[in-house]
Amino acid sequence: MNVVVCVKQIPDPAAPPALDPNTHNLDRTGKLILDDSDAYGVEMGLQLTSGEGDEVILVSMAPGGETSGLRTALAMGAARAILVSDDSLAGSDALGTAKMLAAAIKRAEPDLVLTATESTDGYTGTIPAQIAELLGFPSITFAKKIAVDGSTVRVERQTEAGYDEVESPLPAVVSVTAGVVEPRYPSFKGIMAAKSKPVEVLSVADTGVPADQVGAAGAGQEITDVSKVEDRGGGEIVVDEGDGAQRIVTFLQELKVV
Amino acid sequence: MAVNNVWVVAEIAESGPTSLTLELLTEARAIGTNVSAVTWGPDTASHAGVLGEYGAAQVYDVGDLGGTLPGVPVAASIAALIEGGDRPDALLIPASYDGRDVAGRLSVRLDRPVLTNVVGLSENGGLSTQHTLFGGTVVATAHFTGEGPHLFVVRAKSFTAEPGGGGAAEVVSVPAPDTGATGAAKVTARHVEERSGPKLDEASVIVSGGRGLGSAESYQMIEELAGLLHGAAGASRAIVDAGWVPYSSQVGQTGKTVKPNLYVACGISGATQHLVGMKGSKHIVAINKDQDAPIFSVADLGIVGDVHKVLPALIEALKNL
Repeated sequence: MNVVVCVKQIPDPAAPPALDPNTHNLDRTGKLILDDSDAYGVEMGLQLTSGEGDEVILVSMAPGGETSGLRTALAMGAARAILVSDDSLAGSDALGTAKMLAAAIKRAEPDLVLTATESTDGYTGTIPAQIAELLGFPSITFAKKIAVDGSTVRVERQTEAGYDEVESPLPAVVSVTAGVVEPRYPSFKGIMAAKSKPVEVLSVADTGVPADQVGAAGAGQEITDVSKVEDRGGGEIVVDEGDGAQRIVTFLQELKVV
Repeated sequence: MAVNNVWVVAEIAESGPTSLTLELLTEARAIGTNVSAVTWGPDTASHAGVLGEYGAAQVYDVGDLGGTLPGVPVAASIAALIEGGDRPDALLIPASYDGRDVAGRLSVRLDRPVLTNVVGLSENGGLSTQHTLFGGTVVATAHFTGEGPHLFVVRAKSFTAEPGGGGAAEVVSVPAPDTGATGAAKVTARHVEERSGPKLDEASVIVSGGRGLGSAESYQMIEELAGLLHGAAGASRAIVDAGWVPYSSQVGQTGKTVKPNLYVACGISGATQHLVGMKGSKHIVAINKDQDAPIFSVADLGIVGDVHKVLPALIEALKNL
């Protein structure tokens, strides 16, 4: 079984994020790392591909041929990666990104495509369904449990009220929540092996997607203004010295909650 | 471009249209002249009254999906209506599990982008959207540059639902066309995780717990405090993912958006993911042992301390009032 896992390489969320003042695009010029929320899909993919000839193939799109996040996922155990990287992709919206990813995914001939529910930096959350529609696959989003049985995938899908049991024939796209599995840490052996694993780099032309459908020109939406929100301000922060609970009671009484 | 026809993707739960659906219908009335709802389910006709009262002149009914996940058939029906000559200028889609599926599928079918995480809309020749970024510290304004129909995925509690006094909506049946393999994902069983007390997204007081509780057992303190304050118990994503509490308790970007009168955050550091779901609360109290936790930046009252000391004392004090 070929499992494709879509992974995003993002600016380190621990560093303060910044938007370019002119284009309003997220600044991606610094070092990029594997989005934490993608480690769950990678782990799930590895657990589902224990058989002979089974493979986890990573698909990603990033500027400047960036592979540092991919190497992390390869070190976890993925077999190889396909990276779409092209200067003309800067400023792509989710639909343009989905077109690129879908074109790359097709080359891997997947039985199952795993994604996160949304990226940590852009969090539009529409990519899984967009990819599925582009590929002509069924999709199940927000999976908290996944099992594959022959040519059927069975999923427990998060809902507003609890969860649903959902099943679908393969090939399919499944987006996973952070609760789905506990990702492994790459071993030293894995890190060394990752350095020589193949990463195929594709340009926009290689994917066959028309150039005017991607990048800033194909985006069809733009940010016109970015402004700081005024802080709520004026909060009182006190160190508990045994009186913390009483401070809260007094506050609740002022609010007439009690 | 003037905004005339606005369609709302309307979700119906056990008790009727969801509160987010009613919020979207209310806003659709404010920005457009002709509002329609697109809905699905076994008994949509019985909700035509409420949908009409909140602004829908007509309801496009995709019908009973028989367990098929809604994303594919609902998007297919909408696309078929548009291909057939209907011209919505804007579609307002709920930022819910199924709503995001509809938006993604429809985006590809129509070859139109989506603006997601919308928290505000304004009309000046076309529609501008507001989005909060970086945990609510920044507001971005955006708009579409290309032709419609324009797809907006709107977060809960961005607008206040108010009935407009309209009569029952006219129901038009629009069964989904054949969607082939794409529509093959089916629900085989549903599990409702029962909760006692008020609903999380309607409660006026919410007490939430996070990783700082240390163990699943400590969540009992959250439930007890919520009970004493006649509120609902919530949770951060960290402890939901850890399996301590059900998903339906999750407050945040991928969980519920809440705006109670009072939000008490216990042992929650305040990751962006959590802040976007609760930052709109009127009053916020936070208890956390890390003085630098981001949750304190939004708190009206912050107690730097151990939840295992502060919470038992608080529960005891409230019992003795």
